[in-house]
Amino acid sequence: MPDYEAVIGLEVHAQLKTRSKLFCACSTVFGEEPNRNTCPVCAGMPGALPVVNKKAVEYGVKLSQALDCQVNDRSVFARKNYFYPDLPKGYQISQYEHPLAEEGQLEMPVNGSMRQVRIVRIHMEDDAGKSIHGAENTSYVDLNRTGVPLLEIVSGPDIFSPDEAVAYLKSLRNILIYLDICRGNMQEGNFRCDANVSVRPRGRPEYGTRTEVKNMNSFRFVHKALTYEINRQIELLEDGEQVVQETRLFDESSGQTKSMRGKEEAHDYRYFPDPDLVPLSISVRDREEWSRELPELPLSKWRRFLRDYALPEEAADILTGEKDMADYFERVVACFGEPQTVGNWMISEMLRELNEGNISASESPLAPEQLAELLRLIQQEKISSKIAKQIFPEIFARGLDPETYVEEKGYLQITDESRLQEVVREVIAENPDEAASYKQGKKKLMSFFMGQVMKKTQGQANPKLVDQLLRSELGG
Amino acid sequence: MTAIYQMSLTEMSHRLQSRELGVEQAVSACLERMEATEPDIGCLLHLERETALQRAREMDAAGPDPEQPLWGVPVVIKDVLATKDVPTTCGSRMLESFVPFYDAEAVDRLKRAGAIILAKSNMDEFAMGSSTENSAFALTRNPWDTERVPGGSSGGSAASTAAGQTPLSLGTDTGGSIRQPAAFCGCVGIKPTYGRVSRFGLVAYGSSLDQAGPFARSVEDAARVLQVIAGKDAKDSTSSPEPVPDYIAALAERDDLKGIRLGLPEEYWGEGLESDVDGVCRSALHKAQELGAELVPVSLPHSPYAIAAYYIIVMAEASSNLARYDGVRYGYRDTSEKELTRMYFATRSKGFGREVQRRIVLGTYVLSAGYYDAYYKKAAQVRRLVREDYQRALQDCDLLLAPAAPGVPFRLGEKVEDPLQMYLTDIFTNPLNLTGLPGLSLPAGLGPETGLPIGLQLFGPSFGEEKLLQVAYVLEGALPDLPFPRGVDK
Repeated sequence: MPDYEAVIGLEVHAQLKTRSKLFCACSTVFGEEPNRNTCPVCAGMPGALPVVNKKAVEYGVKLSQALDCQVNDRSVFARKNYFYPDLPKGYQISQYEHPLAEEGQLEMPVNGSMRQVRIVRIHMEDDAGKSIHGAENTSYVDLNRTGVPLLEIVSGPDIFSPDEAVAYLKSLRNILIYLDICRGNMQEGNFRCDANVSVRPRGRPEYGTRTEVKNMNSFRFVHKALTYEINRQIELLEDGEQVVQETRLFDESSGQTKSMRGKEEAHDYRYFPDPDLVPLSISVRDREEWSRELPELPLSKWRRFLRDYALPEEAADILTGEKDMADYFERVVACFGEPQTVGNWMISEMLRELNEGNISASESPLAPEQLAELLRLIQQEKISSKIAKQIFPEIFARGLDPETYVEEKGYLQITDESRLQEVVREVIAENPDEAASYKQGKKKLMSFFMGQVMKKTQGQANPKLVDQLLRSELGG
Repeated sequence: MTAIYQMSLTEMSHRLQSRELGVEQAVSACLERMEATEPDIGCLLHLERETALQRAREMDAAGPDPEQPLWGVPVVIKDVLATKDVPTTCGSRMLESFVPFYDAEAVDRLKRAGAIILAKSNMDEFAMGSSTENSAFALTRNPWDTERVPGGSSGGSAASTAAGQTPLSLGTDTGGSIRQPAAFCGCVGIKPTYGRVSRFGLVAYGSSLDQAGPFARSVEDAARVLQVIAGKDAKDSTSSPEPVPDYIAALAERDDLKGIRLGLPEEYWGEGLESDVDGVCRSALHKAQELGAELVPVSLPHSPYAIAAYYIIVMAEASSNLARYDGVRYGYRDTSEKELTRMYFATRSKGFGREVQRRIVLGTYVLSAGYYDAYYKKAAQVRRLVREDYQRALQDCDLLLAPAAPGVPFRLGEKVEDPLQMYLTDIFTNPLNLTGLPGLSLPAGLGPETGLPIGLQLFGPSFGEEKLLQVAYVLEGALPDLPFPRGVDK
């Protein structure tokens, strides 16, 4: 059996976070009463004309710059013609021959090494509305989403496994979120993806016949759908059959892809330049200004975290995986220093609380300064790290000031030497056999004594001090 | 004394402002004129009698506003321009019940200038036609000879203005739909430079070609209307920020044509002109010469290909522009069909007339995969060559001068069965829309053989409306004055 290789290209539709739609002033707010956010332009009324939203252009150019694309001096909106009830004009305004940007790349770490995926093109288009199929053969159309700006990002056929596909999507999504131009939520449909998939015997230069897979609404489903589709195609070839060029839908319940339409049923979209819109030319000034406004992107941040904070890769992955998380981390480090300690705390303790509350770091009730304060209390040995971990869920959830809290609750460590001396002597007196064994050389018993002291002090004794005292009392 | 309906816009406006004439009086006179002439010419689809009278009374009560150049002036609007709360059918069954909740920008500007909308005028369905015979609702007749067509597609507006129903009307010109009916009905019509007048609310036919413009009975009147409707509109990306000059002031700047070079494109003055057109237009040329103009022969060598390119582009755009009439949200729907695709087919087969369907099918064809390069792309290249022809000719001349149509108005029904013959009646007006340049059609006199009006058209450089109006104004003074059309004044 020959070894097969999958070749995947991804088309991502990212809904932009502009306040108004791509070609009219209607709001893009999600969840309004159906057809509330409409006007003659987006509802396709006779005589209405589109006017391009400059903010959407700015966002498109910023993504293009972030992906090292060549932004075209002149790009042209084109009409993509087809009939559907949720497409009120009878065409979508997209870009075809002259897209916004071309020839970029996305660099991403996969399994410890860096991978580059070419970006073939990025173009702008307006979203369609939503058809809602009700009971009794009735359908309804909601045009609130009609005209919301989308960027379509087309990758080269440079992705070779479902793992890489998910890594690519996560990186791209992360860039969009860093740029603050897309909510990036696959379930809500503001970050959507279709995949072109083919397989070929490893080493063969020609591509196999591809299928287009649609309807993958989460990273997990992307992985599942691609795995299924790759195996399906390999099995076909193994059985001496052919892959048919077609569009296939992923079915969540069965985990399979199913044929939706064949090549001969493919639409002829009759693209032509939209005469209602003048070609889009982006001035050098805008381009430079937008480029200056680009934030630090995930990959640079990741590299900087490795370099400046000497974090392990895994920790850098997690901390830069969300921009909010990275920002939070840096604010704590700014107050406290010790990046590795901060990183550990955030990954082990804070992430759990964030996940539990399903919130992002920026929504954390506990301010970065407060986390720094907590870490300082440990550093200053005012509380043990065990106590800190124990009280963390509560101070996190309520955003409490750690110092006040531990004082009020009496969690401060006992560092009063004379008090501890008393406890140590008590413990030794209560356990004469163990004390004798220790003196005879059974040094392991030190932890037993430590445990006893802690028990008597409800864990608040300063362990270092106890250790010192025990040694001097027990001799050696 | 002149009857109210016979007044020019300039005169009526002056009398309204000075309160010699009441707004209600003017509106009533126009309504009466409509009642008197409509049985003969049938150019209106919808009358706003009560709202117009009501508005007139309010305006009379409030008194004139000198800031509003069209204060109290009744107007007629081609039914392809959206009018708020007033039916806008585009002459199509598809939009028979359609009442927009917005005004076209050109209409809004007329209203803000004080004009009162009296009626919507008949037209070829979705502006597709050259005779107004493609209307789903009415047959409009030429006021000079009611057995003949008024031209099209703005035949309703042209006939209305010529017959004195109101002093002015708005039309649209995609391939001559203002200039040709203006010539056929004996009035002045302007197709402004593409981008001069906002297309917002102009129900699109060929988006890269459509322009709204005025009909009036004199150059000065037409200039006053253009002054109001021209200018940048943020709602239309293709409208131009080019400043709008003072057209009325420009009219006063010359009283002859000395130093003016008028180019005569040989392609427009050769074989194929009917003798009345040839005779009347040539005598107009003599007048121009007498006024001091220099006549220069020029050539527009790509003219033979222009009409093919024009029809490919306009049909391609139309096929996409008319896709929105699908029976889903507004307009006609065939409710007998329950399945989506069948509903689409039934709605569009019954809602659109034959000519519209023909153009949608042809336009869909030329944009299809495998044909795009041979048709649409090639036509776009020809379009560039045609534009270069005109620009080259206009480098050498101030304006170009040509007959507005090769023949006089044809008989009703004469060409309806032969679409190609019908398309060829636009041969003198189509190319200009490919170039985006402005044009003006002006009555040159009545044909000695037919007694029908003959139109002369002037082409100008981009945003050269000022020069166009100036020359037309001088020429108009030297050309024979047309009486009111005899078809309606028996």
